[in-house]
Amino acid sequence: MFLSIFGSVEQGIIYAIMALGVYLTFRVLDFPDLTVDGSFVTGAATAAMMIVLGYHPIIATLIAIVAGFIAGCMTGLLHTKGKINALLAGILMQIALYSINLRIMGFSAENVIVKPNIQLQSNETIFSQFQGFWSPLGIDTALSNFVKSLGASAAPGTWGTVLIVLIITVIIKLLADWFLKTEVGLAIRATGDNKRMIRSFSANTDRYTILGLGISNALVAFSGSLIAQYSKFSDVNMGIGMIVIGLASVIIGEAIFGTKTIFRATLAVVFGAIIYRIIYALALRVPWLDSSDMKLITAIIVVLALVIPQLVSKQRDKKRKEKRRLERLREQRELVTQGGNDLA
Amino acid sequence: MLKLEGINKIFNEGTMDEKVALNNINLHLAPGDFVTVIGSNGAGKSTMLNMISGALTPDFGAITIDGKEVTKLPEFKRSQYIGRVFQDPMAGTAPTMTIEENLAIAYSRNKKRGLRFGVNRERKDFFRTSLEKLSLNLENRLNAKVGLLSGGERQALSLLMATFTQPSILLLDEHTAALDPSRAELITNLTKQLVEENNLTTLMVTHNMQQAIDLGNRLIMMDKGQIILEIDEAKKPTLTIPDLMTEFEHIRGEKMSSDKALLGS
Repeated sequence: MFLSIFGSVEQGIIYAIMALGVYLTFRVLDFPDLTVDGSFVTGAATAAMMIVLGYHPIIATLIAIVAGFIAGCMTGLLHTKGKINALLAGILMQIALYSINLRIMGFSAENVIVKPNIQLQSNETIFSQFQGFWSPLGIDTALSNFVKSLGASAAPGTWGTVLIVLIITVIIKLLADWFLKTEVGLAIRATGDNKRMIRSFSANTDRYTILGLGISNALVAFSGSLIAQYSKFSDVNMGIGMIVIGLASVIIGEAIFGTKTIFRATLAVVFGAIIYRIIYALALRVPWLDSSDMKLITAIIVVLALVIPQLVSKQRDKKRKEKRRLERLREQRELVTQGGNDLA
Repeated sequence: MLKLEGINKIFNEGTMDEKVALNNINLHLAPGDFVTVIGSNGAGKSTMLNMISGALTPDFGAITIDGKEVTKLPEFKRSQYIGRVFQDPMAGTAPTMTIEENLAIAYSRNKKRGLRFGVNRERKDFFRTSLEKLSLNLENRLNAKVGLLSGGERQALSLLMATFTQPSILLLDEHTAALDPSRAELITNLTKQLVEENNLTTLMVTHNMQQAIDLGNRLIMMDKGQIILEIDEAKKPTLTIPDLMTEFEHIRGEKMSSDKALLGS
């Protein structure tokens, strides 16, 4: 139990970077960007391909981020310059990336053009490299002994992974907070909020839409490249439903932690992603559920998260009206009795 | 400062709904001019403003601001010279952002946006002193989201945001029309104050004849896409509403009665 939760937290922290990307489009830019399903895989495929070809994992990851940025910019161009509906632009890019991702992975082997997956079992990754620095410190054994003394049956193999992903995600979160408060960041937020207004303050909304989508998908691809290195595996189908997972993370986080400030909102998104992974792990422990049911469960979570708040506010409205009606009734009755007394 | 030469615009050209929106408009504003524009619905007042701001482009004709021809310049590029306040109080501000963030966006109007913080201590002080002029106590609510402000407060903020960076031209598009009378008066007075303080070249469209007479040093009346009457600086101070009505009848040979309500006299 402890181990599976621990694993979910590790993954959740990595997926949080993807969720921050989704937050940037869905909430900040008010742009429902479906490129995510494709660009997540683009990040994974690019990093895996370059690692197999012998590049340093950090270089591979950086190139993956650039690839995601370009994919996002393409969606932005389709929408702003091609005047294609936002949803359609994202879907078009997503389907185009499916073929592109197969090609990207095809680069990793000599005698094929396309490849549906890449194994990284024996390759160096960001995590194995960090492990090389971390293990000799001996902190793992100390922490594991501590956890066991608290009563956990088993301790994780290493604490290094969770530490490094935590550091990366916290840095990304703080960078996002900072960026959204810069002049460019303010312009991007205003583009999502009131296009007419920001245009009248000499901002090119097309450019900021494209830039926002690029940055969002760069984060998504970054997350994808880390997941590929974490699970030592990249697959062309690993991005299916990613947008809904991202959205679920954003909504869960916002519902629990609120969105009062940018700092709060991005923190909420990070925790939302982690909580989503924990729910996922717990759902998998239900005996009659299969891991493939998870997409259905994710969809249900998002639907509930979108519908329940409406029902709650409707119910509250109804109650308030009913209360007012009863009050009015009582007042009238009092008036009648008073009137009767006067007559008597 | 602002020059419109032979501006023509036809909407829905070649269809049943074809409408001549602007018919050979010529207008020249000298620096410091404050011109009020009146006219009935469909006279072309807002179309003319949208031509200047770049939201619409003329079919032909030329627009010059500050000696630079801007006829083909896209809206966002042109807006570095232009401050604008819309009729809808919701249109001029970003509701989910704070007062200081909105001001920071407006502050960058004529500067290149970079990766500096939009709000820093120095700017905050500047924002606070600027907000004090509004006397709405907004200077103590810098971190409040603009969506929480009333329509009048938002319009006052829009007015400040449009003017505090000294635009070459200030365009006001019936910016008091959507407010209740007391709020409208507040915004009218603020307009007067801010335009005078910054000595702004201003073009104001209004439905309210009294407001058009009270504000500004020149007045123009539009009808059916044309400027039909121009009142200059010498005649403007003694102008009255009946004067305008007689002038209209004189020029058009028809009564203005149907427009009286619209013009809010």
